[in-house]
Amino acid sequence: MRTLTFANALNEALRQEMRRNPKVYIAGEDVGLYGGIYGVTAGLFAEFGEDRVKDTPISESAIIGMAVGSSAAGLIPVVEIMFVDFIGVCMDQLLNQAAKMKYMFGGKAKLPMVLRTTQGAGHGAAAQHSQCLESWFMHVPGLKVVVPSTPYDAKGLLTTAMRDGNPVVFLEHKYLYGTIEGEVPEEQYEIPFGKADIKRQGKDVTVVATMHMVHKALAAAELLAKDGVSVEVVDPRTLTPFDEDTIIESVKKTHRLVVVTEEVAHAGSSAEIAARVADKAFDYLDAGIKRVTAPFTPVPFSPVLEQEFIPSEAKIIEAIHEVLGKAVPA
Amino acid sequence: MTEKIENEKLLAMYKSMVTIRLFETRVSELFAAGKLPGFIHLYIGEEAVATGVCAHLKGQDYITSTHRGHGHLIAKGGDLNMMMAELYGKRTGYCKGKGGSMHIADVDLGILGANGIVGGGPPIAAGAAFGIKYQGGDGVVACFFGDAASNQGTFHEGLNLASVWKLPVIFVCENNLYGISVSQARHQNISDVADRANAYDIPGVVVDGNDVMAVYEAAGEAIKRARAGKGPSLIECKTYRWRGHFEGDPTPYRPKSEVDAWMKKDPIPRFEVALKEMGVVTDEGIAAIKKEISEKVEAAVKFSEESAWPALQEILDDVYTGGSVAV
Ligand SMILES: Cc1ncc(C[n+]2csc(CCOP(=O)(O)OP(=O)(O)O)c2C)c(N)n1
Ligand SMILES: [Mg+2]
Repeated sequence: MRTLTFANALNEALRQEMRRNPKVYIAGEDVGLYGGIYGVTAGLFAEFGEDRVKDTPISESAIIGMAVGSSAAGLIPVVEIMFVDFIGVCMDQLLNQAAKMKYMFGGKAKLPMVLRTTQGAGHGAAAQHSQCLESWFMHVPGLKVVVPSTPYDAKGLLTTAMRDGNPVVFLEHKYLYGTIEGEVPEEQYEIPFGKADIKRQGKDVTVVATMHMVHKALAAAELLAKDGVSVEVVDPRTLTPFDEDTIIESVKKTHRLVVVTEEVAHAGSSAEIAARVADKAFDYLDAGIKRVTAPFTPVPFSPVLEQEFIPSEAKIIEAIHEVLGKAVPA
Repeated sequence: MTEKIENEKLLAMYKSMVTIRLFETRVSELFAAGKLPGFIHLYIGEEAVATGVCAHLKGQDYITSTHRGHGHLIAKGGDLNMMMAELYGKRTGYCKGKGGSMHIADVDLGILGANGIVGGGPPIAAGAAFGIKYQGGDGVVACFFGDAASNQGTFHEGLNLASVWKLPVIFVCENNLYGISVSQARHQNISDVADRANAYDIPGVVVDGNDVMAVYEAAGEAIKRARAGKGPSLIECKTYRWRGHFEGDPTPYRPKSEVDAWMKKDPIPRFEVALKEMGVVTDEGIAAIKKEISEKVEAAVKFSEESAWPALQEILDDVYTGGSVAV
């Protein structure tokens, strides 16, 4: 099968769905003529014209509000907030408008819209352009939250998002755009929300990781395999809805859990995942759950500090050793 | 010109512009050489704006800056060594390496930070102006922002609040005709951002942002008004950025002829002609100033290269006043 970068897989998902469904349109800052700051919308302006690929003013509240209003009026907007950090500027339109309308209106509104945005550290972009905020969105009933890690997942999940019929927050880790390449079918396909993917089979320990951290976890698993440690890597792929079953099945098999996210630990997605397993699979655990996350700080600029901030393979390996060391022998 | 400006001040303004130009040019080279991580937005071509405004400001006055902040910082008296070291991410930098280009700040000098959030500044500027007024000072705040930033709600909220509370702030729009790739004609339905002053019943003036004397004069009037308790003004400076939006931007959205035309309106030689006519400086004097400043810039590079990286445990410092908290 041919391979695509993460960014190009997203681009293809947008292009194919726009060809199929004239109700889908794109809006955001520099998404048209420029093709997006990371090139995700490259070429779409040329193909679909400026009525369907709209460069907006720098007005994030209007961007989200326009998505809400136009989806209520029958369109399927795919809007981009250039960096997730800018969500602070426009949170009301998402939190109080998009997420709640259907419920508040007694079920009458239908808001099929996708908010694409990029998050994550690794580019020296500092504290206001590097955060991971998935737990903010997870905390809001009415939003779906998608966190792809591979080009294959990115294309399939974005296609699903555009057909889902709900406000979907689609988070793209900026580090993956150009660095991760993988096999992607040429035709359209959907990946259902709420289905985790086992990215590597193993039997000694379950590592649940998201986005960029899936790749770090896989690298750690590869290194540990040489020492005879068998690591299972599970990628939830969507955080709302959340596939508890796959993770719990895995823990029942391995009896140990390490959760790896780039978010901070405090009230983060890792806390939610750990709590679910503690709740539903406590009796199967042979060791306490370990989390590997960023420290509780803003993202620092200096490359040496930024590398310290991002959870590393070494820290993942250390946590795996810890849960194995504490294991009660069978 | 309404008021005669002293030679010393004119020379200081000239040095500020040259410092910005030479600093930014060197930063551009360092970025291309892979020395500087992250996003770098350069101020080349817009030097007259920051310089003309900040020439009026005193120690107790504040500025709020933007993602394109190096020029504002230099004009407000920022230290080149500490600025450059911050761009490198070294511990001797203004933010101990934590902030980088988009977050350089020196609160002691009244610099309330560059800002990575477009439109982040106007409400903060109104707040600082409220702080001054509340405490009975005669300080002012200069708030810099771009043409495209004037489309943010925060811009309108900040101007409205400052106008109704008659706060001592001047809003300085650097209209360089683009917000990244989107030309002004594609992002707003007006050609003069200054028109937006009407909505708040405050003065709104348009000046040639490549003429430092014109900027100086307009800013002077607005600041006088602000210090006298008459409230804010909006000054729009028409200018142009020579470089891409960020270093590495291939600028497919603008024709080269447009860039060339604006480069002919270079604010620095233009000021040199005026200074020579006024007898403030000679060609030899200009050459000496440029040499001296480029040596300072080189010294800042050397200082940064030789500075240490932050220690890893410093990552946890400065999240809270009073030390880190248990989580
Ligand atoms: C809230 C927010 N939205 C978008 C951006 C991305 N961004 C950074 S600079 C910029 C353009 C700003 O244009 P303008 O205000 O005219 O300033 P200029 O860059 O031209 O100096 C954009 C869209 C941002 N940093 N913050
Ligand atoms: Mg601009």
